[in-house]
Amino acid sequence: MHLAYPAVLAVLLFSIGLYGVLGRRNAILVLMSVELMLNAVNLNLVAFDVWLRDTLHAGQALTLFTITIAAAEIGIGLAIVLLVYRNRGSSDVDRLTDLAENGLAGTGPAGAGSTPDAAADEKAEATA
Amino acid sequence: MSLAAAAAAPSGFLSPTGVEIAFVLVGIATLGAALISVTTKQLVHAALWLVVALGGLAVEYLLLTAEFIAWVQVLIYVGSVVVLILFGLMLTRAPIGRSPDADSDNRWVAVTVAAASAITLVWVVVDAFRTTWIELDGSVQGSTKVTGQTLFQHWVLPFEALSVLLLAALVGAIVLSRKNQDQDKES
Repeated sequence: MHLAYPAVLAVLLFSIGLYGVLGRRNAILVLMSVELMLNAVNLNLVAFDVWLRDTLHAGQALTLFTITIAAAEIGIGLAIVLLVYRNRGSSDVDRLTDLAENGLAGTGPAGAGSTPDAAADEKAEATA
Repeated sequence: MSLAAAAAAPSGFLSPTGVEIAFVLVGIATLGAALISVTTKQLVHAALWLVVALGGLAVEYLLLTAEFIAWVQVLIYVGSVVVLILFGLMLTRAPIGRSPDADSDNRWVAVTVAAASAITLVWVVVDAFRTTWIELDGSVQGSTKVTGQTLFQHWVLPFEALSVLLLAALVGAIVLSRKNQDQDKES
């Protein structure tokens, strides 16, 4: 098999995941796109391991480790997203602008950033 | 090594083998599912299309003779990660049906960045591996026996460290998602 096939497939999957991470608004959809990017990396690792006929099989071992770390990451990530949802009532990454500068936060769609910092902090405390 | 492989096997783009055809077809299905998964406005459908994409990747691993990785992919990703994502969607009360605010406002910037990275990386990769072939006819590279032997002979220490990491992640997730007792008393 030509090595370009798995490599190109991995590159395209990575780019699709990149679009998802940058262009999605729901935090869980962002996590799904991160999974796509990790899978692209896994495909690259497996393809190069099979190509190089590595005696240590470093590619496949690292793929297993990546899958494990991805499982840990999705567990922690979902726990954080659920916590944010419970505290704020939304899992919308565009609205989490409490740490943003004033001018930058004002451009957010929620409009919460247009209030001064102190008021926004009070609101966050109240919803928490 | 690549030159030797190329000389030994007079294969090319115009005479694809059966494995290559299967790989390309499954790859197109995988890419299509991934694309729908990141563009659809129905959140639950996105998770279900992710299942198709990850399952297609498992088939690709099988075609690359990495059997064990393929089954681990099916077990971990399709079996548990997608179920976790579906639970997360349900717990955050994701709307059934179309949600108009699934895409961010800066999605055209995202399209530009993704297209630029795709073009650049495809160009680099195709240029670099133009004359490289994978030999799939020899011994199976990723059977369970081979993977188990290498994993427990050469990769034992990272393996054990990773199990500790997984335990730490589990404890962290439990601590994060446990309801705070003080907050409950206040509210």
